[in-house]
Amino acid sequence: MISVNYFLVLSAILFSIGVFGVLTRKNAIVVFMCVELMLNAVNLTFIALSRHLGNMDGQIFVFFVMAVAAAEAAVGLALMITFFRNRETLDIDDANTLKW
Amino acid sequence: MENLVQIAMQNVNFDAILPSLVLCSFGMVLLLMNAFMPRGKSTPAAWFSLVAIVVTGFVSLAAWNKPEFGFAGGVALDNYATFFNIIFLVAAGLTILMSDDYLKREGYPVGEFYTLILFATAGSMWMASGTNLMMIFLGLEVLSVALYVLAGFFRGQTKSNEAGLKYFLLGCFSTGFLLYGIALLYGVTGTIDLARMGEFISANPGAITNPMAVAGLMLLSTGFLFKIAAAPFHMWTPDTYQGAPTPITAFMSAGPKAAAFAGFIRILILGLGGMKAEWTSLLWIIAVLTMVVGNVIAIYQTDIKRTLAYSSIAHAGYALVGIVAANEIGVSGILFYMLAYTFMNLGAFAVLVLVGKKGEENLTLDGFAGFGYKRPWLAIAMVIFLFSLMGIPPTAGFAGKFYIFAGAVKAGYIWLAVIGVLNSAVSLYYYLRIMVAMYFKAPTEEFEWIKMSAPVVASIVIAVVGVLYMGILPGGVIAMAKNALF
Repeated sequence: MISVNYFLVLSAILFSIGVFGVLTRKNAIVVFMCVELMLNAVNLTFIALSRHLGNMDGQIFVFFVMAVAAAEAAVGLALMITFFRNRETLDIDDANTLKW
Repeated sequence: MENLVQIAMQNVNFDAILPSLVLCSFGMVLLLMNAFMPRGKSTPAAWFSLVAIVVTGFVSLAAWNKPEFGFAGGVALDNYATFFNIIFLVAAGLTILMSDDYLKREGYPVGEFYTLILFATAGSMWMASGTNLMMIFLGLEVLSVALYVLAGFFRGQTKSNEAGLKYFLLGCFSTGFLLYGIALLYGVTGTIDLARMGEFISANPGAITNPMAVAGLMLLSTGFLFKIAAAPFHMWTPDTYQGAPTPITAFMSAGPKAAAFAGFIRILILGLGGMKAEWTSLLWIIAVLTMVVGNVIAIYQTDIKRTLAYSSIAHAGYALVGIVAANEIGVSGILFYMLAYTFMNLGAFAVLVLVGKKGEENLTLDGFAGFGYKRPWLAIAMVIFLFSLMGIPPTAGFAGKFYIFAGAVKAGYIWLAVIGVLNSAVSLYYYLRIMVAMYFKAPTEEFEWIKMSAPVVASIVIAVVGVLYMGILPGGVIAMAKNALF
């Protein structure tokens, strides 16, 4: 059986890739995809730990995370569409009307 | 099969979620009503949602001193939750009162606005009554998803679009951190139930030196500190607060912030009480940073909405001082302060709603020039709110800060209290500047466009009464707040 550590390391790497993507990418949709990658890395952690601990809480949590991610995607893409309609761009560097 | 259903139903106790259940039912009915209502009519929806808030208020108050538990220990409707429920309902009620005319003026008289406020409030309630990380996470997300939409509600305004998009992207990002923190803490303790997590940590003191536990605490704190707009996770706050519709800015600065505090305090004290040394040293630094960043940057702002956004960052810093103190007076001080802040900040924003024009071009210091003579009563109300935000007696802001700093001193954090008081002194500058503009500057334009409508005036009057009552007679509310500790 594969040790739980491998899964934890893999999910940590996926999570870091997601964070790196959010910080460096410029297109709002790509940024959102990186956020989804982070959430899925967390899901992998939950499932691996749930299996390791022999406890169902983590697996149930994953279902809720997936449902929430779907709700966020619906709202987020709608916000991006309204943004695009007014500005004709999805580059987050162009979201500069409000600044100090 | 019947046995399975019985087992599943054993732990269900609908009394434990009754307030949010009532609120959600009203919200869904309102959603249907909106579908059948003629377009461009939002006033019936406003009144309906106000009824929902009042009914839920009575249902919540009925639960005071009658704690209910349910859903396998996932939900606790104790006095702590009830106290916060009242704060959320006050915030939502005042927001609804000030919204209707504003929506008409801005050209978006849409009833869904109120539905989203009701759902956001229900999400806040789950955060306050959740005693299990899943419940708190779900509450946070119900709240956040509703707020993302509300921040970007004015589809045609680029400012509102931008506010919604920024809030959404950064909000999701912080959710990722929060969830990873929850996952790691689950891995260390083997449970997502806060009470059992606390038991596990006190039974295995070695667990807190586990790097996974420390990383989990840090990541979880990042998620919550983002929601309460603490520095250095505050970058979204000014932009979102400035771009969002003014009543929503008011709502976001009071209700959801209190909700995040409610969940955060419950997690830290109930679940991670064994790691107190770790989280106090972390939050000490964050509290100081938040107070300083909020107050210093606020000095350089010219837009009043943005100034109040930075001021709300600073106020989150004051409340964090109470968490660092983590004693009876400090935590009950936070509860008191959150209610006080709800009254004073929503009151100040209600005045902004009246002063603003379509598109909100004149919410600058010049827009307030000569305001004190043109609209004396409104100006007096604004002065009361500003005094309360400064923390000058006899207003609620003073009493709240007094309890929080007293808690810090009692817990031995004298320097933290000193830094807090010095920061309050800095904040005098930018609040007084608004008053100077109101009374000592010649008006640059006529004030005839101010339309005083009954609901907005009612919200201002309620806020003034709340601020003065909690300032002059704080004893009753602070006794309730002490009674509300779990």
